[in-house]
Amino acid sequence: MPRVLLIEDDRAVREGVTLALRRQRHDVVAAGTGEEGMDRLRSFRPDIVVLDLMLPGMTGFEVCRGIRAVDQTLPIIMATARGDEVDIVVGLEAGADDYVVKPVQARVLDARIRAVLRRAGGTSAGTALPKIDTYGDLAVDRAGLTVTLNGVPIPLAPSERRLLLTLSASPGQVFSRQQLLEAVWEHDYHGDARLVDACVKRLRTKLDEPPRAPRYIHTVRGFGYRFAAR
Amino acid sequence: MRARRLRGLRPRLVVAFGLVATAAATTTGTLTFREARTGVLQQSQDAVIRQLRTQVSQRAPELGFPPDRSALQRLASDVAATEGQGHWRVLVTFRKLSAPSVPGDRFEELTPAVREAVGSSRATVFQRVRRDGRTSLVVGMSVTFGAPDGRHLASGVQVFLVVPQTTEQAYVDALVTAVERALVPALVLAVALALLAARGVLLPVRALRHATRSIAEGRLDTRLAVNGSDELADLSHTFNETAAALEASVTELREMEARARRFAADVSHELRTPLAAMSAVTDVLDEDAARLAPDTATAVRLISEETVKLARLVDDLMEMSRFDAGAAVLHLDEIDLAESVRRTLATRGWSDSVQTDLPAPDALRGRVDPRRLDVVVANLVGNALRHGTRPVRVRLHARDAAGAGRLAVIEVRDSGPGIPDAVLPHVFERFYKSDSARARSEGSGLGLSITAENVRMHGGTVRAANHPAGGAVFTVELPLRRDDLSQENPT
Repeated sequence: MPRVLLIEDDRAVREGVTLALRRQRHDVVAAGTGEEGMDRLRSFRPDIVVLDLMLPGMTGFEVCRGIRAVDQTLPIIMATARGDEVDIVVGLEAGADDYVVKPVQARVLDARIRAVLRRAGGTSAGTALPKIDTYGDLAVDRAGLTVTLNGVPIPLAPSERRLLLTLSASPGQVFSRQQLLEAVWEHDYHGDARLVDACVKRLRTKLDEPPRAPRYIHTVRGFGYRFAAR
Repeated sequence: MRARRLRGLRPRLVVAFGLVATAAATTTGTLTFREARTGVLQQSQDAVIRQLRTQVSQRAPELGFPPDRSALQRLASDVAATEGQGHWRVLVTFRKLSAPSVPGDRFEELTPAVREAVGSSRATVFQRVRRDGRTSLVVGMSVTFGAPDGRHLASGVQVFLVVPQTTEQAYVDALVTAVERALVPALVLAVALALLAARGVLLPVRALRHATRSIAEGRLDTRLAVNGSDELADLSHTFNETAAALEASVTELREMEARARRFAADVSHELRTPLAAMSAVTDVLDEDAARLAPDTATAVRLISEETVKLARLVDDLMEMSRFDAGAAVLHLDEIDLAESVRRTLATRGWSDSVQTDLPAPDALRGRVDPRRLDVVVANLVGNALRHGTRPVRVRLHARDAAGAGRLAVIEVRDSGPGIPDAVLPHVFERFYKSDSARARSEGSGLGLSITAENVRMHGGTVRAANHPAGGAVFTVELPLRRDDLSQENPT
């Protein structure tokens, strides 16, 4: 049973979402503030965090960064109010894996949670790929789902790891943002491409890519992204 | 434009001033010239005649009678010699004899009329003759004897004098030149004054024209500087008052509109939180409805369905508010447009109910906001499926528009009766219902407005029409390249 930490300040929304997620067979703990959420993080050890961005006191971004400071790999889904365009980008850059726009129906949220958790679990089942692929300083263990740079393990959030695995599975092939949205996030074709861009940005930072001349993940203007095996 | 320029205030003033200056200078010059010329010529003429008469009176008595040729010659030479500079040419005649002061002089200036006049009259005759570009004064007189009874008898000796009037001519020419020269500065001065006067009038007029245009272009805070207290200043003042009044009422209208929009935005905003709670539990309601008493189940399902619709309506209202506030942002990405249309239909399960005519994969790529394009196509097709008759056709192609570059054209056509002409101009209006008595439609009533706004954000156009072969056609045209407006996605 997935353990979900819900951080949401509005009582009605918190109760409604908690009730609905429990119905979808999630183990839910709800927190009304960011501070309470951070406390619960340690005691509850959730599999995933659903985080409202508009919080009194400690904001959603601060909570997001706070979680990332202690855990680089815990999946985070932001819940944003419709129309807060800037928030989405800021939240994604703060390390969120995905987002939903409120009001959201329980089954949509459930689907997102499960998709993110699938990312955290592993790639497509029955993989016959070799265990470790090496690209320069980068080593990707497709079975163990670990990534090392110069032998040092890099902690990746589920979306980042899935994105890297997807891109590096076909070096040289150009993936459009829409393809990546479908393959990594399980969104539909017309999903928000900013998810991809923000994730690439975070991944490049973690891979210690030079800002002007990335070694591994190349931007192909007008088309998308490509992994270069070098 | 050119003809209008020539009829403008400035050329008219210049021409008028020029004409007045020319007329004044010419009239003054002509009158002065005539008076001066008459004076000059009269004076020199009188002097010549007096001198000639004196000389002839002095020397005629020395002439024997009948005089012979040499005596005539002597008289001629003597008279001619009295004028120091040798300009005088004298001819003395007696019947058939004639003696010029200079031998061989034919005295061509001497007209028969003068000879005859001298012969018939004892008065001194003079004539101004212009010959070969030179003016000469010809004077003729008869030598008379004073008879003891006081009568004057003609001796038959006639004296003619030809004096070139070069000095006088030069004098007169100088006058003409002076008048001409005066005319030029007068004209220049007149034109300068005209331009100055025109400028005095034109500058405010031009300022007024610019200000009017500026107002027309929507810069309602345009005001004129009011200088002086002439009619133009009055006009500028009136203009400023009008502009101020206009600005005030437009500002008021805008404020009212902004308040109304803000209210709509605030209402939708406030609805979001309760809706978020309600939306979260609709699935619970749906799930449990089957186990409830029939009435309760119906009520629960109603609440669930309407909550979903309300959420969608609030969603659309929020989107509209963002368009109104200019807060909507394009996230451009280059995509295969045919694939996008195909996916829009597939996601909503419309692939089987819609006939498509799409270009080959990757044949038509364009920089668009994929999510907004999805909304555009989904709203148009959804609208056609709801209000039109199947089959619904979607066609995508590209065309080159003059001056607009390459356009992607999306046509959505149904097979229904079409849209009534009275309704066509209003289909993109918010909450417009073609049939006011009709029940609430499935859509929010904002779908086509949102479509139009999304197309407009892309710099494209959308229009509704009826196909000649029947059915309503919605045509969207999107520019394929908009590098100047493109907002780069972070890379």
